Amino acid sequence: MSGSTHTTRWRDSLADLLFRSLTQLAALTVLGLILAILVVLTAKAWPAFHNFGFKFFTSTEWDPVSEKFSAFASIYGTLVTSLIALIIAVPVSFGIALFVTELAPQWLRRPVSTAVELLAAIPSIIYGMWGLFVFAPIFADKAQPWISAHLGHWPLIGGLFNGPPIGIGVFTAGLILAIMVIPFVTSVMRDVFDVVPTVLKESAYGLGCTTWEVMWHVVLPYTRVGVVGGIMLGLGRALGETMAVTFVIGNSHDINLALFMPGNTISSTLANEFSEAVGPLYTSSLIALGLILFFVTFVVLAIAKLLLLRVEAREGAKT
Amino acid sequence: MTAQSRRYLFRRGLNLFNLGMSLLTTIFGLFWLAWLLWTLVSHGLQALNVDLFVQDTPPPGAEGGMANAMIGSLLLTLVGVVVGTPVGILAGTWLAEYGRANHLASVIRFINDILLSAPSIVIGVFVYAVIVAPLGHFSGWAGGLSLAIIMLPVVLRTTEDMMRLVPDQMREAAAALGAPRWKVTVYIVHRASLAGMLTGVILGIARISGETAPLLFTALNNQFRTTDMAQPMANLPVMIFQFAMSPYESWQHLAWAAALIITAAILILSITARLLLSAKTSSE
Repeated sequence: MSGSTHTTRWRDSLADLLFRSLTQLAALTVLGLILAILVVLTAKAWPAFHNFGFKFFTSTEWDPVSEKFSAFASIYGTLVTSLIALIIAVPVSFGIALFVTELAPQWLRRPVSTAVELLAAIPSIIYGMWGLFVFAPIFADKAQPWISAHLGHWPLIGGLFNGPPIGIGVFTAGLILAIMVIPFVTSVMRDVFDVVPTVLKESAYGLGCTTWEVMWHVVLPYTRVGVVGGIMLGLGRALGETMAVTFVIGNSHDINLALFMPGNTISSTLANEFSEAVGPLYTSSLIALGLILFFVTFVVLAIAKLLLLRVEAREGAKT
Repeated sequence: MTAQSRRYLFRRGLNLFNLGMSLLTTIFGLFWLAWLLWTLVSHGLQALNVDLFVQDTPPPGAEGGMANAMIGSLLLTLVGVVVGTPVGILAGTWLAEYGRANHLASVIRFINDILLSAPSIVIGVFVYAVIVAPLGHFSGWAGGLSLAIIMLPVVLRTTEDMMRLVPDQMREAAAALGAPRWKVTVYIVHRASLAGMLTGVILGIARISGETAPLLFTALNNQFRTTDMAQPMANLPVMIFQFAMSPYESWQHLAWAAALIITAAILILSITARLLLSAKTSSE
């Protein structure tokens, strides 16, 4: 009798140990995965870094025939499109978050939030098709000539708005990226706005503040860290977005200041050229681009995550 | 008095203006959603017919369907789910049950959240370097594996969140009855959070079924119908990419039809997941 309980207990603790090890092993695969990605990409990118040295980052040459490759044009395009995306997406997301937390009647909040979040569910490639076949022709026909004619002559920024009215290019890519990151930025902003203590807002209203003043002088300063975290999250998404950009950016390795000119990004270069790359140096250069992208998004997303963790920690300390 | 009332009017005006802008930005956001969906319906519906589900992808210029791509997409997604789900659930279980105040767990949670938003094209490059390049050919396995890597963080995150919603009293009650830890986890906590975990899997499927970038260098595409995972495999996203970019009108029609089908499926999945989730959180 006592022997059998002993065996059961022994069996139970063995099963516990096994279960715990198994789940821990699964959890460790996440770490293993990220390390493996870093190690493998670095190893495969090494020939390119070794061959071109620091010039890989500064030169603008991309010539598969004579096997000269460099990352500058792609990095430039990635940064510019993401910047355009943020310039458009941040104020829009702020407006939507303001609408669903302060302005909209209760019954409208859920449907509007859900609809905006559905923008994130639509696959990237659908944005690309729509951008190329539906948006670009209309944009080229209706908006571009007007923008070029009116803004194109302005000092300083005028040069940005020149270029052939073909609908596709760096600006179109940035605009579509903006639509794609709006749901991510909005949902973070909405969540952090929601946790602002009601007392704080009511005090401000009690002093006679308008809704806008409460938002701008009370809610926004209180949630600053989280809002920046949300913007960084959006930036991380925009940097790595592939298919939509590939469709509409025009895929050219030239660097143009004008936003209506075609360009490329790291991810669009990969999507277009990777499976057709011949020669080890070509493939290695493309993998090097992938490594740079991974590294940059890793840093941006890590900053986003750290900021949002700070918000969470503050929440935890309060309750 | 006048300066004061001017100031008051200015504040009222600024408030009205900015609230108006807030409404406008919301309309701006929803406008794109409506335009996208309208485009899909108007272009996709007219290309929709029974042949799509029966015939395979045609040669350039000819009519046909996309049965091979649908079968391929289903198989690739299946591999992604079958590989990604168990690992994600087990890892999420460890984080929720053993990793509450644990440095390693915090690091894993942190990395997982980064992996969740990491560019999927880099995952494709990684799988290419690890599987496709050594074997020397594109394959369905490589495609399925890259989808599994994208699926894993989604499932992990939801599993942990949902298991944490289970009150500790339930764990304590089961433990007090003498149940070993693993039984508490599997028979009590998992059972209580089953709907939530299922939501995670559905969200994961929604996420991977539209992924194109990682499949470009792994599963590639195949003009023919195959269920051999060791071969390059046709799939809807890559087919859409190639056909949409082609100059042939019949191919472009197929691409629109595929785009409509895939988006409808994904939207249905995400709305289902959302409903499950809201039923779950409102019942507690």
